[in-house]
Amino acid sequence: MAKVKTYTDDNGNNIIVKTGITWGQSFKKYWQLYLLLLLPIAYLLIFKYTPMRYIVVAFKEYKLNMPLKEMPWATTNKQVDYFKYFKKAFQNPDFLRALRNTVKLNLLDLICGFPAPIIFALILNELCFKRFKKVVQTIAYMPHFLSWVIIASLVSHLFATNDGLVNQMINYLGGESISFLGDPTNWVRTYVAAGVWQNFGWGSIIYLAAIASINTELYEAASVDGAGRFKKMWHITLPGIKPTIVVLLIMNLGYIMGGGFERPFAMKNNLVMENAEVISTFVYKVGIQQLKFPLTTAVGLFQSVVGLFFLLTANTISRKLGERGIW
Amino acid sequence: MKVKSTSTKIGDAVFVIICILISIICIVPMLNLAARSLSGTEFLIRHEVYIWPKGFNLEAYQTVLSDAKYQRAFVWTAFLTLVCTLLSLTMTALCAYPLIFPKLKGRGFINVLITITMFFNAGTIPNYLLMSDLHLLENPLVLIIPACLSIYNMIIMRSFFYGIPDSLRESAEIDGASYIKVLLKIYVPLSKPVFASLALFYAVGRWNGYGDALMYIKTQKQFFPLQLLLYNILNNVNAVEVAAQEGFMQPGLKDSLKAATVMFATVPILLIYPWLQRYFIAGVTMGAVKE
Repeated sequence: MAKVKTYTDDNGNNIIVKTGITWGQSFKKYWQLYLLLLLPIAYLLIFKYTPMRYIVVAFKEYKLNMPLKEMPWATTNKQVDYFKYFKKAFQNPDFLRALRNTVKLNLLDLICGFPAPIIFALILNELCFKRFKKVVQTIAYMPHFLSWVIIASLVSHLFATNDGLVNQMINYLGGESISFLGDPTNWVRTYVAAGVWQNFGWGSIIYLAAIASINTELYEAASVDGAGRFKKMWHITLPGIKPTIVVLLIMNLGYIMGGGFERPFAMKNNLVMENAEVISTFVYKVGIQQLKFPLTTAVGLFQSVVGLFFLLTANTISRKLGERGIW
Repeated sequence: MKVKSTSTKIGDAVFVIICILISIICIVPMLNLAARSLSGTEFLIRHEVYIWPKGFNLEAYQTVLSDAKYQRAFVWTAFLTLVCTLLSLTMTALCAYPLIFPKLKGRGFINVLITITMFFNAGTIPNYLLMSDLHLLENPLVLIIPACLSIYNMIIMRSFFYGIPDSLRESAEIDGASYIKVLLKIYVPLSKPVFASLALFYAVGRWNGYGDALMYIKTQKQFFPLQLLLYNILNNVNAVEVAAQEGFMQPGLKDSLKAATVMFATVPILLIYPWLQRYFIAGVTMGAVKE
């Protein structure tokens, strides 16, 4: 028997609604599906949920080879002080610097990296030779398939101060060599440029799909009315992909506290650490290399919680605007 | 018949030129790399190599290809990539398929379980401590198991599965096919595009990834994936040791050797991705237009 719920409507009639099946029926019917789900769920529990147990390290004095439960709580002057390592983190100039850099680099990435794929998609959309368009697309997707180790190596050669291709061109045009990688401010520019280079082609895929779904009759009607190329771009294409732009922008804002590890780690160098150290590289250096686990767990927890807040806010805004969120 | 006006033609030409410039910006770094890997030492020392090799020779490639260390890293990374891709695709399908059955009890709960992991991450150190407790540090399995299911990819596959008509599934069920059989005989064969797309995503992720190896493997160098080996060589980690062992002593040769090594780690992916373009475009688009 299926489970049912009975409602009474305005006229006093009973309405019977099937609300699905019971657990027993579900197991009997779908036991194979539950079997299939065993591995993925075990994976999630072990590798996504068990790590959360270790968050407690942020509030404890870490002792090697001691079970988590027996580890003593963090203490200051023999007084239990749960938030000792959070306070320490915020008194640590290296962490504060990493925090500032994380937000700064992410914001710059957003400002420069977000419009690039949109502009590229608009340009591609104007090409009338299908073959040529496809070749350009294939080439533009290429950087996405390079690892950050490789991109960092390409960058270090192209932008080298003495003999890099870019500086040789600048010299040829009569300019002075620029220290792209050794000067902290220029390093930030190079870092952001590398991010744009890596992602503008790949990021355009979504916008091209959105453009493709715009009703072509709109363009024809606009042509009849005498609208030119840029008028059509401004009045039809851009409004057509606006929902996609808004959702992606909001979700990207949600990741402002996030931060990959591989890109900054591969691109940093000792001359520019004041701008290049971000939270993920700081946690690697202080946590995994220097084994200061409570401090770096606290830093990680701070980052996750603030990140969660941003993401939830972004998601809520996205839904308020009548768009989908990421769930 | 519409005749294009002169201004339209000029406009077309401008966009073509812009696209050619963009393509050049994408390609020049790779050309520079290839040129360096093929050039003679004397030209490299004098910084005369731009995008075309000078003093063409294959010495660097011969050295790299005959070096046991690179050969092993290459084979090991290829093996890792293959295993990771197959395992990840299996796990992704195992997770995505049951979740398309609307009447499956507990589906909502599992969806919540999955969604939470997309929003909240315990952090680097808790993950590290877990690997330590699971005896996965210095263990090659740490490069395979912890990343064997991506929730984003699972959602892509699930939306593809949703697009397969229910009637196909239902008629197979009426014929007495089990759910596992329906998955293997109907869903997997019909989902080749999404499998191709996700296989590329997983394979590229593993081939290019080095962060996990850097954190979890320190002493067992035979398990270093190619990219980590590359990172260490390019950044002169253990420079003395490397130089002493491998005759990396001549400065010019060293530069072409480095370039050849980078080529060696890049070319496999660059040869594959253009052929899968149709599929990965579908994959990316599907991830965006979630059901």
